[in-house]
Amino acid sequence: MSLTTAHSVVAPSSNSKRIAGAIIIAYALISIVPLLWIFATSFKTPPDSIAYPPKILFQPSLEGYCNLFTTRTRQTPEYINSLGPATGFCDETTRKRNMVIAGPSNFLPRFVNSLIIAFGSTFCAVFLGTLSAYGFSRFKVPLADDLLFFILSTRMMPPIAVAIPIYLMYRELGLSDTALGMILLYTAVNVSLAVWLLKGFIDEIPREYEEAAMIDGYTRLQAFWRTVLPQATTGIAATAIFCLIFAWNEYAFAALLTSGTAQTAPPFIPTIIGEGGQDWPAVAAGTTIFLVPILVFTILLRKQLLRGITFGAVRK
Amino acid sequence: MAEIRVQHLRKAFGDFVAVQDSNFVVEDGEFFVMLGPSGCGKTTTLRMIAGLELPTGGQILLSGDDVTMLRARERDIAFVFQLFALYPHMNVRKNIGFPLLAQGMPSAEIRTRVEETAKLLRIDHLLNKSVSGLAGGDRQRVALGRAIVRRPKCFLMDEPLGTLDTEFRDLMVHELRELHNRIHATTVYVTHDQMEAMSMADKIAVMNHGVIEQFGTPREIYDRPATMFVADFIGSPPMNFLGFGGGLAKGAREIVVQGAKVAVPEVREDIAPADMALGIRPEHIRFDDASKLRGAIYGTEYLGTTQIVAVETADGIIKARVPAEIRLSTGDHVGLTLSSARLSLFEKGSGRAVRTEIHDVASERRTQHG
Repeated sequence: MSLTTAHSVVAPSSNSKRIAGAIIIAYALISIVPLLWIFATSFKTPPDSIAYPPKILFQPSLEGYCNLFTTRTRQTPEYINSLGPATGFCDETTRKRNMVIAGPSNFLPRFVNSLIIAFGSTFCAVFLGTLSAYGFSRFKVPLADDLLFFILSTRMMPPIAVAIPIYLMYRELGLSDTALGMILLYTAVNVSLAVWLLKGFIDEIPREYEEAAMIDGYTRLQAFWRTVLPQATTGIAATAIFCLIFAWNEYAFAALLTSGTAQTAPPFIPTIIGEGGQDWPAVAAGTTIFLVPILVFTILLRKQLLRGITFGAVRK
Repeated sequence: MAEIRVQHLRKAFGDFVAVQDSNFVVEDGEFFVMLGPSGCGKTTTLRMIAGLELPTGGQILLSGDDVTMLRARERDIAFVFQLFALYPHMNVRKNIGFPLLAQGMPSAEIRTRVEETAKLLRIDHLLNKSVSGLAGGDRQRVALGRAIVRRPKCFLMDEPLGTLDTEFRDLMVHELRELHNRIHATTVYVTHDQMEAMSMADKIAVMNHGVIEQFGTPREIYDRPATMFVADFIGSPPMNFLGFGGGLAKGAREIVVQGAKVAVPEVREDIAPADMALGIRPEHIRFDDASKLRGAIYGTEYLGTTQIVAVETADGIIKARVPAEIRLSTGDHVGLTLSSARLSLFEKGSGRAVRTEIHDVASERRTQHG
C-alpha cells in the first residue's frame, strides 16, 4: 500500500500538457491581436491606417504621435511655403499634409488628470481599506458581518443606477469636473473591494505579532505599523493594482462628470477622431500610451496580482 | 523580578465562563506552570496577566502594584507565544532588539544587549540570519531572547514548546529550566503536557473548566491529588480508580473493595455513606496470588525497564506498572496487592479527595521545614 497517496498529485501526461499549451497560446493570440493592431496602427500614416486590404508590413511613422500631442490648422500651400524651415519632424510631417501646428493638444493634461485621479483614489481606497480591514479583522465590531455585507453591497448596484443622482449631487456640491470629485467617487467605489481583499490578507497574519509588539512596549498603532503592515505588503500591492486598474479604465462616470479641466484620458481619446478627419493613428497612439502605465504596474506586481486573485489560497 | 498575585480572577465571554474565581501567588523567582486540557482557561488566565485580555472581575498584582486594568506595554512583562511570533521581515538581531527599540535605547547599547542575550542562549552565530530559515529549536531561542533582552519583571509563556518536535522539546525543557536557574526570573508557563510541567515547575496549578483544581509542587500533585480530575490528568497511565460504597469514619484504616479488604492510610474525616473511589497509581500495584482482589490479564505494553499490564477486574480495567522481567500472558488470572501507604480516597460525587494520614504527614513535614 502506498503511503504517499495523500500527498501525490496526478502528474499531467505530456499529451494533456501539449493540449493545454495549445489552448493557452490560442487564447493569448486572440487576446493580444487587437492590442498588436492598435500598437501597429499607432505607427502608421493616416493613409496606411485606412488602406484596404490592411497593410501588415508598412513604413513606420510617428505621425500619429505628432497628431496626438498637437492641434493643427489647414493652410494654403502659399502660406506654408512662406514660413521658415520646419523646426522638427512633427512640423515637417504636418506641413506635408498642408497644415501647420497651432499648439499642443489636450492629451497631455488629460493623461496627467488620469494619473492624478487614478493614483490619488487608489491611495485613498487602500489607506482607508487597510485601516478598516484591520479594524474588522482584530476588533469586536458590533454588527461586523452586516457592516461588511453593506460595504460589499455598494458594489452590487449597476453604476447607471446612481449616475443621475451623482451627477446632480456633484453639480450642487461643485464637484463636477474636478479632480477631487473624481478621486472621491473612485475611492468610494474601490474602498469596498479594498476592505474585503485586505481583510482576507490581514486575517491571515496571526494577531500574536501585534500582541508581542504591544507587550514589548509599543502602542497598537506602532505595532500595526511595524509588524502588520510589513507583512501585509503583498496584499496591499494586490489590492492597489486592482483599484488602480478600475480607476484608470473607468469610462462611464468620467464621461458623465468630467468634460474640461478634470477630464481623464478614457473619455478624451475617442474625441481625437473628430479633429481633422478620422485620425486613426492618433487614436491608436493615445491608446498605446494610455496602456503603458498599467502594463508596467502589472508586470512589476504580477506575483502579488496572482496572489490577490487567488484570495490568499496560496500560502506564503 | 516580581511576585505575581492573582485574586478572585474571573473572565467570561458572554455566557461562557473561561476562568472562575482564580486565586494563586507566584513567588519571586518561581517557575510556575498552569497545566490543564485545552479550553480549561489556562491561556486566558495568562493573557489576563499579560494584559492582552481584561478580566471580568478580580485583581492582578505585580510586585504589589495593581495592574489589573493596565495596558500590556505598561506592565513590564515578556510573553513567549506558542507560534513564537518572530517578525519574518526582520533578522534575528532585529527581532531580539525590537523590545529595546520601543524604549528608545541608543543603538550601540541595543547592540551590546542583543549580543549578550544571544550569547546566553548560544545563538550569537545566528544574529544576522533571517528568522524564516531557522530550525524549530533556534526559533524558540530567538523568541526567548526577545523575552529576556529587556529584563522584564516576569516571563509568561504560552505553550512555547507545543510546536516543536519531541527531540527538540526534551532539549528545550532542559534548556528552559537551566536558563531559569541562571536568571531566576518569575515565570508563568502554560502547557497541556504533564511531562513539561512535572520536569520544570516549582509549583503547578492544574486547571479544568476554568477552575484551579489543585495548586502545589509537582510532588504534591502527583502523590496527593486533590481531586479525581487531577489524579486522572497527571500520570501516564493515569491513576486507577476502584469503586466502593459506604461511608468512612475518622480513624478508619481499612476498606472493602470487590470483596477484598484493603488497608488504607488512616482516614482523618467523617464521610457520610456515598459512592467512593479508591485511587492507586499503576506503579503501586504488585501481583500477588494470595490477594483476594483478582482479575484477568487483558493486555501488556512492554516499555523496556517496566511494562504496563492491563488487568480486567470486576470494576473495569486496572493498569499496573511492573518490572519488565515478569512473564505474563493474556488471560492469566492474577491477584493484586496495593501499597497501602500510597492510596488516595475520593468522593465520587464531588471528585474531592478524602483527608487522610498522607495529607497530615505532608503538612507536618512542611511545618518542620518552614
